[in-house]
Amino acid sequence: MTAAAPDRYDATSWRSPWPEWLPDFAFQALGIFLVLQIPPLLVTVLVWAERRVSAWMQDRLGPNRVGPFGLLQSVADLVKFIFKEDHVPGQAHGVLYTLAPALAMVPGLVAFSMLPFADRFMVSDLDSGLLLLLAISSLAVYGIQIGGWASNSKYALFGGVRASAQMISYELTLGLSAAAVVLLAGTLNLREIVRWQQDHAWTVAVFPAGTLAFVVFLTSAFAETNRLPFDLPEAESELAAGYHTEYASMKFALFFLGEYTAMVVMSGLMTTLFFGGWTLFGLERCFEGTLWQTVLQSGIWWAKTLFFLFVYIWVRWTLPRFRYDQLMRLGWKVFLPLSLGILLAAAGTRAWAFGG
Amino acid sequence: MTMGYRKVERPALGLAERLVFPAILKGMAITAAHLFEKKVTLQYPEEKHPLPEYYRGVPSLVKDEAGREKCVACSLCEFICPPRAITIVPEERPGGGREEKQPAVFDIDMLRCIFCGYCEEVCPEDAIYMSKEYEIVGRNREEMVFRKERLYEIGGVRPNPIRKWTNADDEAAAQHGHGQGG
Repeated sequence: MTAAAPDRYDATSWRSPWPEWLPDFAFQALGIFLVLQIPPLLVTVLVWAERRVSAWMQDRLGPNRVGPFGLLQSVADLVKFIFKEDHVPGQAHGVLYTLAPALAMVPGLVAFSMLPFADRFMVSDLDSGLLLLLAISSLAVYGIQIGGWASNSKYALFGGVRASAQMISYELTLGLSAAAVVLLAGTLNLREIVRWQQDHAWTVAVFPAGTLAFVVFLTSAFAETNRLPFDLPEAESELAAGYHTEYASMKFALFFLGEYTAMVVMSGLMTTLFFGGWTLFGLERCFEGTLWQTVLQSGIWWAKTLFFLFVYIWVRWTLPRFRYDQLMRLGWKVFLPLSLGILLAAAGTRAWAFGG
Repeated sequence: MTMGYRKVERPALGLAERLVFPAILKGMAITAAHLFEKKVTLQYPEEKHPLPEYYRGVPSLVKDEAGREKCVACSLCEFICPPRAITIVPEERPGGGREEKQPAVFDIDMLRCIFCGYCEEVCPEDAIYMSKEYEIVGRNREEMVFRKERLYEIGGVRPNPIRKWTNADDEAAAQHGHGQGG
């Protein structure tokens, strides 16, 4: 800048009255706010959707009384949860019993913060994103296991033991099928994985490695989140309500919240790893460089993620529960060799089709 | 006796069935189709099931087309009522004429009533009918004892084909008129 009077219309001479770090800080604060608020909000909608969709699939109407289309049903349920007695069973382990619901929910929220909603909008952009995400979401097993143990009830304990065995078994195949994507994209950074898909092709379209990896990942994700057809930890016909049998009031609601947050994370991960994240056949390039692009990309990402959440509900009301030995056989004898094969195929695809 | 047995031929699973996923997709197609099916839910307080003609709901008292009580407090329904839900206290009917009695008190204890319909069967005056009302609620036991007013409210008006009271009234009026005139 010279000493001459600056052109008053010169944009470069304009100085913001705010400190330089503020926009970034504000953006991050917004991100943190969203990450903490979206999952609980989404869960209330999901619980409503679960009940409505299940009803529709059984030719019923479902909750349609509270609010428009019954949308406030979950809010009413939440109010009920808050006013219920917070009962702790007599022989329960006081500290762990209270800690378990929080342990079940927090990993979901933390993992949610690592998902890339748009090219320039993700709350924590980490180079080891996928690795950390899988590591943290696998911590959820502690909440379930500890909750089952601390309740001092045989049903809850069985539920917890089942949950830990099942989640550890399927974590293997979940990780291996995600590793196939990592091999293809050549990075652990979730944003880079999506960019690779933007440049090449959606991973699910990379036949056979990507397609099979998606099938394995989808199935393992169902087992990871303890959803039907793999909801053995809370198999109500055998174990009362499984690991949360002894829980009441908001503690029970937190377990619920944890389960559904895990669903949101897994659906977001499926979108990001296999279905091109925020990309949609070039539509994501509209409004290049503006805030609208970020809004559009987030919209695309959420549309895909909501579809996978619908698939969760859809599958739940279609399939009966697996037997425990079937679950273990599928995990160890079918999916483990299969996912190792997929890994090989992915390495081969990377070497020959995408040039090393 | 020897047990008969039948060998069940189990069809071998094809490749699609052993892969499980095609079968799962087929199932999901079925549930997806049901999403758009016509729903069978009856939205209760607004919609109600059609009741058959013979439905036995709350027993109720009816009036004739002129708004007169048909019940003559003969107490037959009180006697026949198996759970003894009915309480009748008769009183003299004012106004003279041939009609003699009317119920001063007519209570049906809905906590006791078994909806057998014997009261309707036995009533010589067609004064008590089983209505189609089935939403019976009360905040306490006292409210569950339906008083005469409430029973008439439920029963409403049912014109009497025999027109017994009308004839009797005419007769009484004629007699009365004759006596006065004479």
